[in-house]
Amino acid sequence: MTALLEIRDLKAEVAGRQILNGLDLTVNKGEIHAIMGPNGAGKSTLSYVLSGKPGYTITGGEVYLNGEDLFAMEADERAAKGLFLAFQYPLEIPGVATLTFLRSALNAQRRKRGEEELSSPDLLKRVRELAKQLGIDPDMLRRPLNVGFSGGEKKRNETLQMALLEPKLCVLDETDSGLDIDALKVVANGVNQLRAPERGMIVITHYQRLLDYIVPDVVHVLAAGRIVETGGKELALELEARGYAQYQSEAA
Amino acid sequence: MAAVQETIDQVRRIDVEQYKYGFVTDVESEKAPKGLSEDIVRYISARKNEPEWMLEWRLEAFRRWQTMREPEWARVNYPPIDYQDLHYYSAPRKKPELASLDEVDPEILKTYEKLGIPLREQEILAGVVRPEGERRIAVDAVFDSVSVATTFQAELKAAGVIFMPISEALREHPELVRKYLGSVVPVSDNYFATLNSAVFSDGSFVYVPEGVRCPMELSTYFRINEKNTGQFERTLIIAGKGSYVSYLEGCTAPQRDENQLHAAVVELVAMDDAEIKYSTVQNWYPGNAEGVGGIYNFVTKRGDCRGARSKISWTQVETGSAITWKYPSCLLRGEGSSGEFYSIAISNGRQQVDSGTKMMHIGRNTTSRIVSKGISAGRSQNTYRGLVSAHRKAKGARNFTACDSLLIGDQCGAHTVPYMEAKNPTAVFEHEATTSKISEDVLFYCVQRGLSQEEAVGLVVNGFVKDVLQQLPMEFAVEAQKLISISLEGSVG
Repeated sequence: MTALLEIRDLKAEVAGRQILNGLDLTVNKGEIHAIMGPNGAGKSTLSYVLSGKPGYTITGGEVYLNGEDLFAMEADERAAKGLFLAFQYPLEIPGVATLTFLRSALNAQRRKRGEEELSSPDLLKRVRELAKQLGIDPDMLRRPLNVGFSGGEKKRNETLQMALLEPKLCVLDETDSGLDIDALKVVANGVNQLRAPERGMIVITHYQRLLDYIVPDVVHVLAAGRIVETGGKELALELEARGYAQYQSEAA
Repeated sequence: MAAVQETIDQVRRIDVEQYKYGFVTDVESEKAPKGLSEDIVRYISARKNEPEWMLEWRLEAFRRWQTMREPEWARVNYPPIDYQDLHYYSAPRKKPELASLDEVDPEILKTYEKLGIPLREQEILAGVVRPEGERRIAVDAVFDSVSVATTFQAELKAAGVIFMPISEALREHPELVRKYLGSVVPVSDNYFATLNSAVFSDGSFVYVPEGVRCPMELSTYFRINEKNTGQFERTLIIAGKGSYVSYLEGCTAPQRDENQLHAAVVELVAMDDAEIKYSTVQNWYPGNAEGVGGIYNFVTKRGDCRGARSKISWTQVETGSAITWKYPSCLLRGEGSSGEFYSIAISNGRQQVDSGTKMMHIGRNTTSRIVSKGISAGRSQNTYRGLVSAHRKAKGARNFTACDSLLIGDQCGAHTVPYMEAKNPTAVFEHEATTSKISEDVLFYCVQRGLSQEEAVGLVVNGFVKDVLQQLPMEFAVEAQKLISISLEGSVG
């Protein structure tokens, strides 16, 4: 069976500095992988390299999404093929209603996949259903995207986008940052609802706290641009107890 | 930053093929010889069979103009214009009086068809199937120096509304024209307005009598076709007590290597409780990537809120012209009158825009609102220039101004030059201004959700201009939205 995501010996640099140093990772359908690690280990870089953010240069290795060469695709094609990045800091777009943004994104993806666009009434119905499931106030749909949203609202909005776009691979970049414990529970609950046999997730986090609520199948430690340790969900608790110092000294 | 670089590369490539109205119509035309003199002024007046007083009015303007100097304060650069190297009158060669559309040169009708302007009202009427709720629009089409067709005249007449070419109004309603012409923009107002007063050839005249709500949108469509010809149209709109009219204006021109001059004057008069809504979608040919060709657009637009509680609202979407010099303004004379200016000005390639508004608070308790959105891309320069003033007697004057500029790429410029003069201590003026660059992070966020770069820019820009687009009549808003996308085509990778 083809892996959902296959990363082999990935090397990448940003602004002339090597950040990823031969990273290997395989994610199968239905699995949740946590990637933990100290600051500066390359966690966010990994998420940006996978999603195709400009400014990152691939200097080695290969990545396959459902067997297709990821780096042969533009960033928007990767999205249409089912790669979704939940941003650590979701961006604001003044004057563009959340619903308008959702419609533009979904229909752009559908066009790229050769599918018919969803009509406005159908879309509204679908978005309302999802918002209800995720405990999102439908008033948010009328507000300009992320403008004046609280940290919790922004992350819930990311979850709503994820639910609507039905990606195959979700990369959650430090979803817990800026959230208090109540907001964290709500967002984690939303993410858990999106667990599915056909869907894989990579949960990037610095703290173990998030993994109490989104329980991973596999935990990896990323340090100095490589996976240095892999284990079960108990590894996260060990890391919480002993910290990252050992990996940082190894890397140094 | 790769995407920024792509953006810049694309902007550099921006070219004329995007200008889809750049075709030339092959019609035989009758032109005045090149140059400007009293004889030419007499020629134009004679072609129009004008009354003697009108000729005198023009000649006075011409003599004034000869003593004036071209203004140089705007932030625009262009080589000196040789005013003797232009034709001041051009008309399609045809019978002077057209009884019906059937007599219009089919080539001209085809032109308007290509431009998507519905001139054949009989077809529209016979077309039976009209989408529910779609409003009809009466159109006056001006081709070079003359009006070629005005639709729905009979229906408007039944409502008491006069909508006709100003040349015709001079013959049929001389008392009205004489009373109001030049009463808002005086003959000696400024260099370009004075030139217009001497040589204007056509334009629209609208009179909405007391208490009448104009039953449909009125629209004028301006097309410059002929080479080396200036277009000098004159529009005059009078809204009687308690009346309402919404007027739309659209403009295009063929692609030519020479610059063409457009110097129009628009005068609006609103009596007690009257409201005039004036919307423009300006898409004159902007010139090519190197800045060759394109229209020089020097326009004077002014509305006079003469009556109490009257209201004048200007909405403009400016995407074309090599040079734009334009400040639609309001004289707020009537007590409690209000003026509005909503503007979207997009510049790309080598375009230069210097545009804004003047809100002159003269009467008591007058209010005004200015919302200006400037978008600069390519190597263009985009300036907002505005004046808000309160007269000594303008007790309780209020203004709110918001000027936002958005930059795409790093070779364009945005400038904001607001002036404020309050001579009455009770005046309250508020001014907000922002300048921002289109953010790479925002674009990437959109692209990660599946939008192409171009769609992402379109979405962000449409969000940026939303407050203004909402002010346009529905049909125009849709057209404007498309136009914004076309104008920015190639501004991103």
